Amino acid sequence: MAELILLLLRCSVLFSAVHAVFEDQVGKFDWRQQYVGNVRFAHFDNQIQSSKKVLVATDDNVFAAINTRTGELFWRHVDKNGPEGSIDALLLQGQDAIMVVGDGRLLRSWDVNVGGLNWETVLDSGSFQSASLVGQQDHVRYVAVLKKAAISLHYLSNGHQKWIENLPESDTVDYQSVYSDGTGEVFVLGLVPNSHITVVVYSLDDGEILKQFTVDCPWLSELLSSCSVIGRGMLTCVDLLSLSLNMFDLHSDSEMNRVSLESIGLEVSPSFRPLLVSTQPNAARAPLSEFLLQMGPDQHVLLQLHMGQILTLRDFKPAMLASFATSGEKTVVAVMSPKNQTASSINLFSAETGRRLLDTTLIFTMDPNGGKPVQLYVQAFLKKDDSVGYRVMVQTEDHQLTFIQQPGRVMWTREEALSDVVTMEMVDLPLTATQAELEGEFGKKADGLLSMVLKRLSSQLILVQAWATHLWKLFYDARKPRSQVKNEVTIENLSRDDFNLQKMMVMVTASGKLFGIDSKTGTIVWKHYLENVPLNAAFNLMVQRTTAHFPHPPQCTLLIKDKDTGLAMLHVFNPIFGKKSHISPPLLPQPILQSLLLPLMDQDYAKVLLLVDDQYKVSAFPSSKNVLQQLQEMASSIFFYLVDAEQGRLSGYRLRTDLSTELIWEVVLPTEVQKIVSVKEKKANEHVHSQGRVMGDRSVLYKYLNPNLLALVTESTDQHQERSFVGIFLIDGITGRIIHEAVQRKARGPVHIVHSENWVVYEYWSTKSRRVEFSVIELYEGMELYNSSVFSSLDRPLAPQVLHQSYIFPSAVSAMEATMTEKGITSRHLLIGLPSGGILSLPKMFLDPRRPEILSEQSREENLIPYAPELPIRTEWFINYNQSVSRVRGIHTAPSGLESTCLVVAYGLDIYQTRVYPSKQFDVLKDDYDYMLISSVLLALFFATMISKRLAEVKLLNRAWR
Amino acid sequence: MDREQFSAGEHIKPGITRGRSYRARPRPMEKKQPISDRGQDPRRLELCLVNSNNGRRIGETLDAELSGYSVPLEHSFETDDVTNFRVRGALILKPGREQSVSLSQNQLSEEDRIRLKEVAAVDGLYKIRVPRVSLQSDRAERAMEGHLTAFVRACAMVESHLSDVLTLHTDVSGVLIGVSIVTLPGACRGTEVEDEVDLETFNTTLSVMAPISAPGPETALFLERLEQETEKKGKPQEQKSFFAKYWYLILGGAIFLMLSNSAQPPAGGAREQS
Repeated sequence: MAELILLLLRCSVLFSAVHAVFEDQVGKFDWRQQYVGNVRFAHFDNQIQSSKKVLVATDDNVFAAINTRTGELFWRHVDKNGPEGSIDALLLQGQDAIMVVGDGRLLRSWDVNVGGLNWETVLDSGSFQSASLVGQQDHVRYVAVLKKAAISLHYLSNGHQKWIENLPESDTVDYQSVYSDGTGEVFVLGLVPNSHITVVVYSLDDGEILKQFTVDCPWLSELLSSCSVIGRGMLTCVDLLSLSLNMFDLHSDSEMNRVSLESIGLEVSPSFRPLLVSTQPNAARAPLSEFLLQMGPDQHVLLQLHMGQILTLRDFKPAMLASFATSGEKTVVAVMSPKNQTASSINLFSAETGRRLLDTTLIFTMDPNGGKPVQLYVQAFLKKDDSVGYRVMVQTEDHQLTFIQQPGRVMWTREEALSDVVTMEMVDLPLTATQAELEGEFGKKADGLLSMVLKRLSSQLILVQAWATHLWKLFYDARKPRSQVKNEVTIENLSRDDFNLQKMMVMVTASGKLFGIDSKTGTIVWKHYLENVPLNAAFNLMVQRTTAHFPHPPQCTLLIKDKDTGLAMLHVFNPIFGKKSHISPPLLPQPILQSLLLPLMDQDYAKVLLLVDDQYKVSAFPSSKNVLQQLQEMASSIFFYLVDAEQGRLSGYRLRTDLSTELIWEVVLPTEVQKIVSVKEKKANEHVHSQGRVMGDRSVLYKYLNPNLLALVTESTDQHQERSFVGIFLIDGITGRIIHEAVQRKARGPVHIVHSENWVVYEYWSTKSRRVEFSVIELYEGMELYNSSVFSSLDRPLAPQVLHQSYIFPSAVSAMEATMTEKGITSRHLLIGLPSGGILSLPKMFLDPRRPEILSEQSREENLIPYAPELPIRTEWFINYNQSVSRVRGIHTAPSGLESTCLVVAYGLDIYQTRVYPSKQFDVLKDDYDYMLISSVLLALFFATMISKRLAEVKLLNRAWR
Repeated sequence: MDREQFSAGEHIKPGITRGRSYRARPRPMEKKQPISDRGQDPRRLELCLVNSNNGRRIGETLDAELSGYSVPLEHSFETDDVTNFRVRGALILKPGREQSVSLSQNQLSEEDRIRLKEVAAVDGLYKIRVPRVSLQSDRAERAMEGHLTAFVRACAMVESHLSDVLTLHTDVSGVLIGVSIVTLPGACRGTEVEDEVDLETFNTTLSVMAPISAPGPETALFLERLEQETEKKGKPQEQKSFFAKYWYLILGGAIFLMLSNSAQPPAGGAREQS
């Protein structure tokens, strides 16, 4: 009985490591940023004049409304990832947003004001082609959805299908667009490439085919980009070969009318494909007879169709972008043209006349570290004096959105590239200028005693001064209410804090834009867009020099590799300021197989990066004489491994002194049986504090701490649920020795794996029990260490003991990582990103293969939790309380200066930064620590001793007199 | 595919030794067996300690004798870093349900002994390789292209007097995926091997390792234990009455009350006055 009580007590003590935050701590050291992704469609909500919403649908299957005043999100809907949730079309009608989702699988209508779903209909199968609003008698009531073989019409009010009709000859004709102009007819345009256009006219009322005809155009290969309907049903196409505009009336079934571009005085840039843009402000009416024709990368022409004649209203040159916008009855054209190197101007022109509107110039300052503008979204509105005002949202190729108001005030910018972070690092901030001054004193060579003394005195003086200003600032700030105190982060005041809790997050995004984000506030300190990054690039970010080597600036190197060709390039930059380094990286003409950062340093304290090319030759960066000499000396102890997942081959190499390599081991996993899905090595900056675990009988079980151990995960090629398996191999990366191989039968991926210290934790899907399971492997050397002073893979003849245990986990997992602290004393937790948006901090104690099935005295002594097959999920373990993080793709952990504290960044669609304390804050006073009480008690005690001393003296004196 | 997973053909991260020093203290090697409460490693299917240095040439009659299938075990040790594999012995694989592997190997020739010592002196590598074969299927299907290679430092080979442990690793279908070699003892301490005879014969321990089945969550046992516990707990608790449960508390309370009552009488006070 007493034992049980004791056990309960112990358990309660053990598990009471609560990570939840108090209400007043919300947002104190954590922040979240929500993103939507690269914008695919954007519409301004124009139903009321004062509306401040822009609706965006993105490549990441997100539909959101952004506040145009602040750039924040009003609401956001995140759909399924992948093609199933992809947004094919977004149409805006009044306060309804109509959306086609998942290649024409679903039709949805949203209420724009609150972001609620009005209705949703499942459409018939068939790949989506086009969607259009259809109106009749000035009222838009329907939406037409064109699929590969059918067209259907739905009511806007409830989504019900009005009619659905099959398209004639749909196996030969490629129907691409649907058009209506409020006359009660729906035109479907199809194309047989290089032959003819097919036009089918349906009745709006019952879907009956009214008319069907073809128009010969053997020169046309693409309908959507070269053709558009202009004015009252005049289909206009650009002929690329003869450089002419071809028009025919959809209503009258006439011949093609050809107008050569030359005859209207226009010249197309060589090898440019002219683009035709028309506008239809109201779906119930015909499109405008004015249209834009892009003639070259920097030329747009505004044309008008007038009585069958094409008139040039205005030739915009140079003009990078042009876009229509409508407000009320007025339609304008916004044109962006370059002004100088860093800025471009946007002007408004009347669409009817082509005249420039007065006072509509807007200056857009281009970020030298950003991309080129690719799209203009214009919000036009009527001012009180009936003139047209406008705001504009510029989308650049680095996925940035900038919202600008006249005369060029940037209201907000959104860095949507951050919705797709690929890899990141956390870099320590540099010392302050004064600290650096002090440091610099030691770095310089001595030049006389007196000058050294003077220098020391002056730097001490500076320190005193800095301290005084700091105190003054503290005092000054303390008087102001909290909300007014602003901590603006700029490059100037970026400096390390006492506990190194504030770091620079260097984030690499898939679009090729790099960011430096202050980890304390989430402010973007710098950004840098890398042009000519291939689409399917793999990134590897390495910190070559940390901030610890003043006066040398910190240095990061990003290896960008084209996954198809293997060709790579290096980008060397300063992680604090984002500036490109003046050190020119080597050109890499050969495909790169492998990169490795050695602990060797050159004379400037930069770690040496080795690059292995496809000829198995090694090049070093930096490649100074000093480095090459060191490499020659160390060559025989530099080993590396390559993994060729396609052939299932792992091979180990040793460096020779002439920087060529020698194959020393080979392991081949036949690809007919299993394929390698991931290889995980330990983190290089990980510290393990304790060499072993103390057992119940006070003996020590030593951990097998092999820094070169690789954990390799394979999945079976056979996907049958009875025969599929997940394989785990622990391989020494130096000798190629297979330390352990295990097979998890009836299991399937995706496998998430964490490899640290002497353990490997992996997660898989059990096909037999249809659930997610966790498995942990721990390696021990035994009760004796083979060689306690140093670990060498070449001299470990004994195989380690392997302990293995599995558990059930009641949720799916989207990302997994382990906490990491400065010295590795603090107990470890696993951070698990769940699809629900939560980030769970699960104590590693629960994933311990030594958890006994039957409690014994010894295991109780060891504080082992009795085995239970299911891992619990407790709500207080969610470190991000209600700040859900959508689609977590990765979790990054970094140690801080405090041993108890680990910095965590979870990234996916959103970015969330916080701190975790796996063993609670044992080295920090609590936030609500009562300084007043302790100091008043101290003072009181002090005075009490003084008074009592005095009293005692008086008493002694009195006694002496007696 | 997830971004974390590498794509086909991409090679993954580096590995290098961190901290190498071979001047470690000499350490006696008597504790070979790690203490394990789980008993022997179940993976070591069948071990044949082979000391077959009977001077026969490979492939003479052994093959037929054991009715097995033999593949060459080759080794390479050269002073310059080239690789030149020569036959060291033969692995004899016996197919069937009880698969077994045995090894027959030659003595090291005079020339080889000298070369091995030379290689050891320049800290060269001693490499071995075996062809990729399947231990289970028939002879025809066995051979696959390529070899599996492993290495050990030549000095370790010399200093251990050619005592090595070879492990053949197979995958689930019985195909060899890797080979590993370690020497016992494993360290290079720079001790000179004087006696040439020590380097003549290999003292090899051979083992085959197949992947073990990883355990799944143990629900059945847990449920059983849970049931037992509830049975144990449930019955006696119901039968116990209030007094039976808390008799010691009541008794203790009563004694305490009695004591505190009896402590008050003035008898003690009388004693104090003296």
